[in-house]
Amino acid sequence: MISRQAFFIFAALTFASAAQADPREFTLANGLRLIVKEDHRAPTVVQQVWYRAGSMDESPGTTWVAHVLEHMMFKGTRRVGPEEFSRLVAEAGGRDNAFTSTDYTVYHEQVHRDRLPFVMRLEADRMANLAIRPEEFAREIRVVMEERRLSTEDQPRALLDENLLATAFSAHPYKWPTIGWMQDLQNMDWKDAQAWYRSWYAPNNATVVVVGDVDAGQVVAWAKRYYGPLARRAIPPRKAQSEPAQRGMRRVVLKAPAELAYVRFGYKVPALRDPAKDWEPFAIAVLVKVLGGNDAARLNQILVRERRIATSAGAEYELLSRGPGMVFLNAAAAQGHSGAELESALREIAAQVAVQGVTPEELQRAKVQLLAQLVYRRDSFFAQAMELGELESSGLSFRDADRIPERLKTISAEQVQSVAAKYLVDDALTVAVLDPQPPGRSASAHIAPAAAH
Amino acid sequence: MRPPLRASITLLLLAAALPADARVQIEHWTTQSGARAYFVETHALPIVDVSVEFAAGGAYDPRERAGLGQLTLALLKGGSARFSEAEVDRRIADAGAQLRDSFDLDRAGFALRTLSSEAERKAAVETLAEILQSPRFASDIFEREKARAIANAAEAETQPDHIAEKRLYALMYPSHPYGLTATPTTLAAITREDVERYYRARYGAAGTAVTIVGDLNIDAARSLAEQLTSRLAPGGDVALPPPAPPGPGETVRVAHPSTQSHVLLGEAALARDDPDYFPLLVGNYILGGGGFVSRLMTEVRSKHGLAYSVYSYFYPFAQRGPFQVGLQTRRDQANEALRRVRDVIAEFVARGPTETELKAAKKSLVGGFPLRIDTNRKLLEQLAVVAFYRLPSDWLDAYPARLEAVTLDQVRGAFARRIAPDRLATVVVGATD
Repeated sequence: MISRQAFFIFAALTFASAAQADPREFTLANGLRLIVKEDHRAPTVVQQVWYRAGSMDESPGTTWVAHVLEHMMFKGTRRVGPEEFSRLVAEAGGRDNAFTSTDYTVYHEQVHRDRLPFVMRLEADRMANLAIRPEEFAREIRVVMEERRLSTEDQPRALLDENLLATAFSAHPYKWPTIGWMQDLQNMDWKDAQAWYRSWYAPNNATVVVVGDVDAGQVVAWAKRYYGPLARRAIPPRKAQSEPAQRGMRRVVLKAPAELAYVRFGYKVPALRDPAKDWEPFAIAVLVKVLGGNDAARLNQILVRERRIATSAGAEYELLSRGPGMVFLNAAAAQGHSGAELESALREIAAQVAVQGVTPEELQRAKVQLLAQLVYRRDSFFAQAMELGELESSGLSFRDADRIPERLKTISAEQVQSVAAKYLVDDALTVAVLDPQPPGRSASAHIAPAAAH
Repeated sequence: MRPPLRASITLLLLAAALPADARVQIEHWTTQSGARAYFVETHALPIVDVSVEFAAGGAYDPRERAGLGQLTLALLKGGSARFSEAEVDRRIADAGAQLRDSFDLDRAGFALRTLSSEAERKAAVETLAEILQSPRFASDIFEREKARAIANAAEAETQPDHIAEKRLYALMYPSHPYGLTATPTTLAAITREDVERYYRARYGAAGTAVTIVGDLNIDAARSLAEQLTSRLAPGGDVALPPPAPPGPGETVRVAHPSTQSHVLLGEAALARDDPDYFPLLVGNYILGGGGFVSRLMTEVRSKHGLAYSVYSYFYPFAQRGPFQVGLQTRRDQANEALRRVRDVIAEFVARGPTETELKAAKKSLVGGFPLRIDTNRKLLEQLAVVAFYRLPSDWLDAYPARLEAVTLDQVRGAFARRIAPDRLATVVVGATD
């Protein structure tokens, strides 16, 4: 069922902006892939370099290595000194950073269009010439430990998420955190980082995405000049990683300093593999939008607005991923309400959608929200580059960017109900519960200014 | 797929407005009711972004009812004369729109992002106009949102970053409303009548700024601004008192079981209309604002591996906003990290930057201008600052030249005048020894 409105939003998606061109793709002789999308709305450009290696390619014992190598990529090459990379980008008026996920590692720069060749040259240099200095490595491990304390150890809800994945997966490497276990960080060895770099950092394992105020032909010429001379290298064989079917509910409880109980569910579901044939992942994306992601969605309406047992509630699903997919539901308790209440309410809502399905209004609203978000993404060069890079790095093609909204549009209420009935089942569920331990009210000490230094 | 890790968190620079691209034409006017309106027309995408902000931020909270402003803002979404709360939710979602509230010490408001097609845009804007101008403040929704706010405040009080910031603000602004933080106790004291009174006093047209960026023409933008403001009461524009000068440089330590100590330093420093604005902006880039390349980052992270994130920023408000320095480090390293941070600040205030550092900072800040306005949403945020704070109409155009004109002596002088290293308030949450 497609209303006038969904038609309009679909038209907005395919809105031919004079400023934007379709992405173009090139493969260099050494195997490096380049995707360029011209967008002339502002005189800036983003470059993202995607390496198809993330924490799912690690082994037990070195669960830190993908992310620590990302940090080491800022510590200098044979030509560029430690910290020089960011200094050079900053002086060029640019911003740079990087991130590591389970599936890939991405380095990015945003600059004025005139500085694109400069940052391409810098990225090409560290693709081949990284110098890992043991003393720099030892110091950076301490920084990463601080990062782990900040982002996970002292964040009860992040720690709960880590516990959830460690419980939900028994074989697949999604079971360990991208930042790595603290024990593994304590046993680090710089040679592991160097071996990681030599294994995965090669032009034939990289996709360079450029979006912005550029001429695609010119970008190809620069890519040939800077990335072209790098040698292709053998990439280690990737063993198929799979998770045995889950046959029964799993559960983990975490005690941590907090006031409110918090519950997070993970249901094992498929991720998108073949955009032409798969329909279940699209139906799951619609289902998750019916459940969460806007104020009108079910979890907020039922748990926060009507029953008032939660202060917030949401649902998440990533359509694209190299490994198994997962639907997450979460809810934070209102005062006086327990994790057990939230857990039974979440299971009840999941069961209800499986039995009764979704209303035509909910189906329509979910699709409109999904499609509108795709329109809004076009406001940002960075977000557009992310979309193209994620598609390529998940084993799909950047061309699928246009196919995804078409497929979302065709999903029916029956399909949404059928994926709910098939996948939102207790046997495929892992429940993680934060059991809050309010820290004691401790007195603070005031110290005289003279003693403060 | 898991959320990715980032090599560095984004560091907040001065939340400053930046120069308009040559292609950006800014229109501004006053609505019938007296609100300020700013507009940039751009048809490259079928999107309209709207920001409406009121002089109704945390600075207007009564001390014993801290949290009143933010609760009032949240309750605007709780339904209007014409639409129930659920209808508000559905109308926004059904239009494919996104409605986000925003709240700081000076400002309270909403950012609406909608498709530009007439039916969707009208539904979304009509809903926003309703909740801003005829809120219902139904008592059962008031009770629910108050309970949520209390729960969230109680949760926040268990977290070391929140505790540190709350204590620092109390030290920086001992007798000024900028120093207030909502607690379960202050929230519990709020009545529905307080909310209604607060709304009538603060959501007046004279303090209101409407900013619009996107795919509509000037006539449509004018009528949109009228629709959002014509039924607002007059008034709402009251000057805040200035905060007291910095105190004696007290240090407070709060025990917490976290694995890291959270260390914050700060003082009330910079107002929007301050003559030292540009020298402080450029100087702070060198001290602790410039991401990976600042002095604080080099000393604390790169050389000594003591922290993942270490930063300094000026956050300019209508009255003197904070100069704040912060880091988090393993409990037993907190004193070493604090000593190193204090040494870096003292050295910088005593001697100022080098000529090389100043040149690099200006290259980065001036060269990076286009990145600050290269999306509709970023442009909206920059323009909203100009609109709300009544910045001069050439503010955007003059910005790069004013940065470029900053001299070494100006940076040295501004830091020497404004930052007294031994009088910075200091808070350590975590280890107390």
